Amino acid sequence: MELVCPAGSLPALKAAVDAGADAVYIGFRDHTNARQFAGLNFTERRMREGMEYARKRGTRVFCALNTYPQPAGWKHWTATLDRAVDLGFDALILADMGLLAHAAQKHPQVPRHLSVQGSATSYEALRFYHREFGISRAVLPRVLSMDQVRQVAEHSPVALEVFAFGSLCIMAEGRCYLSSYLTDESPNTCGACSPAKAVRWEEKGDELEARLNGVLIDRFAGNEQAGYPTLCKGRFDVEGTTYHALEEPTSLNTMDLLPELHRLGVSAVKIEGRQRSPAYTGQVAGTWRAALDRMQADPEVFEPAPQWHRSLGELSEGGQTTLGAWTRSWK
Amino acid sequence: MTMKLSLGPILWYWPRQDVLNFYAEAAEWPVDTVYLGEVVCSRRRDMKVADWVDLGRDLRDCGKEVVLSSQTLIESEADLRTLRRIRDNGEFLVEANDQSALNMVTEAGLPFVTGPSVNLYNTATLRVLLRHGLKRWCLPVELSRDTLADMQSALDDEALHAPVEVFAWGFLPLAWSSRCFTARYYGKPKDRCEFVCQQHPDGLPVKSREDQDVFRLNGISTLSGARYDLMRELPDMQRLGVDTVRLSPEYEGMGEVVARFDQARHGVMPERHPLHLAQAPPCDGYWYGRPGMEWSHNP
Repeated sequence: MELVCPAGSLPALKAAVDAGADAVYIGFRDHTNARQFAGLNFTERRMREGMEYARKRGTRVFCALNTYPQPAGWKHWTATLDRAVDLGFDALILADMGLLAHAAQKHPQVPRHLSVQGSATSYEALRFYHREFGISRAVLPRVLSMDQVRQVAEHSPVALEVFAFGSLCIMAEGRCYLSSYLTDESPNTCGACSPAKAVRWEEKGDELEARLNGVLIDRFAGNEQAGYPTLCKGRFDVEGTTYHALEEPTSLNTMDLLPELHRLGVSAVKIEGRQRSPAYTGQVAGTWRAALDRMQADPEVFEPAPQWHRSLGELSEGGQTTLGAWTRSWK
Repeated sequence: MTMKLSLGPILWYWPRQDVLNFYAEAAEWPVDTVYLGEVVCSRRRDMKVADWVDLGRDLRDCGKEVVLSSQTLIESEADLRTLRRIRDNGEFLVEANDQSALNMVTEAGLPFVTGPSVNLYNTATLRVLLRHGLKRWCLPVELSRDTLADMQSALDDEALHAPVEVFAWGFLPLAWSSRCFTARYYGKPKDRCEFVCQQHPDGLPVKSREDQDVFRLNGISTLSGARYDLMRELPDMQRLGVDTVRLSPEYEGMGEVVARFDQARHGVMPERHPLHLAQAPPCDGYWYGRPGMEWSHNP
């Protein structure tokens, strides 16, 4: 089982490679990938440096081009994809059917992975992407339970990659338009969810207010830890009750499930977080490397070491982790 | 040519008799197309595929084009079985709402239409589906009229025929999760939800702590807190060559909404006395390429 790690910068890429990632995924510095943050991602020069560093150490590098181009951006997206091919990436991570068709026609030799943004939640959906665009791997959305993933895995025509750790999207990825409803940017259109440009922090007496394009997402008392106002993790009012109506600030951690994922033949586990620091990337990658090595040595007796959970817990949103949709109780 | 009006699938969970009553009235409304089926949650089983097909026959006999809509988020083998029954209905066009449905209809060589949650953001994507028998496509809700205009002119240049539908009225379906947010509000697990969403025929409003309408919960789906209303844009849509204008069913006042859109599509701007609808502000931001919640016409 492969460990696929995020990198939003060259130091993060190096940290992931040094910590034992089998593959690292990166993106260009623009709207063509789903982690468009100011100051994040790679110029072509940095991409070349990163690929050289990774290759020397036996690590592959994937390029995420997983947003949805509209006609006005079509030439830019396809030119960027063609450049990624020239740079020699080991695989392209794509979501848009048009871009997948472009890649399959023009660069059939370059492996195509279906991004989680492609929203394929069944083996029928995977068959579609496989038949039409020749994808060789797909990243599954974080909405399926273990039983459901088992069914997908049994009939899937392609290798599967699942999320191991990181921020938890609770909506089926690729079809969540909540961010563009409140701001003018979404993951699909420009690779941004709850974009920083729309965030405003305001101190009101003892309280701290977090707004997204003016909408009050959360209000924190002085003693509360204030998290980033991701719109699905705010506190709202439903018929007079104020609570985290959609989800609490928490991270996904599937380490307990590793032996089962191994049995299902899942090919790769993915760490979320290209927006995170190199130190975070290195720490998470190192922890998962240790876990995968121990699990693969003897899957039957594998149990995560307590210090792994501790260290991942400290790196989590709101200091807490969840198995999310993998368990029925979360739903 | 006058644009067609469609009634989108009912997004909410209404009791079976209410559903039947709604469509008995709708049979008399000036809508051209009616989408039928459960598109949100597989636990809502008051109406089975066979019931939708029966209802479809009645509506077809009243002169409506009937389309069977597929569930938006497919999760289980049981969901796939339902989907196969929809594919195999033998009479009606299918609205594919995800790639599972797309796979089934294209493998079977059946004509199909796509709903607003299939990401058709460019003409390269449209070309892929047109090759397989796409008969009409619905503009994804977050896309603007400018993007639609670009698509239409590119299609014209290539002499491709791809009639387009625009979601033009109602709460916008914005996200789907495996979690049921209505059950969560009631502190119930999804497996034993007791169908509490049936108590909210227009969803459960989510407000900010400043009383601003933000979202609307409807089972596993999250909708816009404001009601999308593009009635004033119909002349523009006509110029853009829009084929069909979609209205999303609500529990109250739908007949009058349809009547107004019918007037508007014939060039008569209806009077603006208030309708008896669930309380919600209007929005049209997406159409103008702005945040979806915005409303461009101040009173």
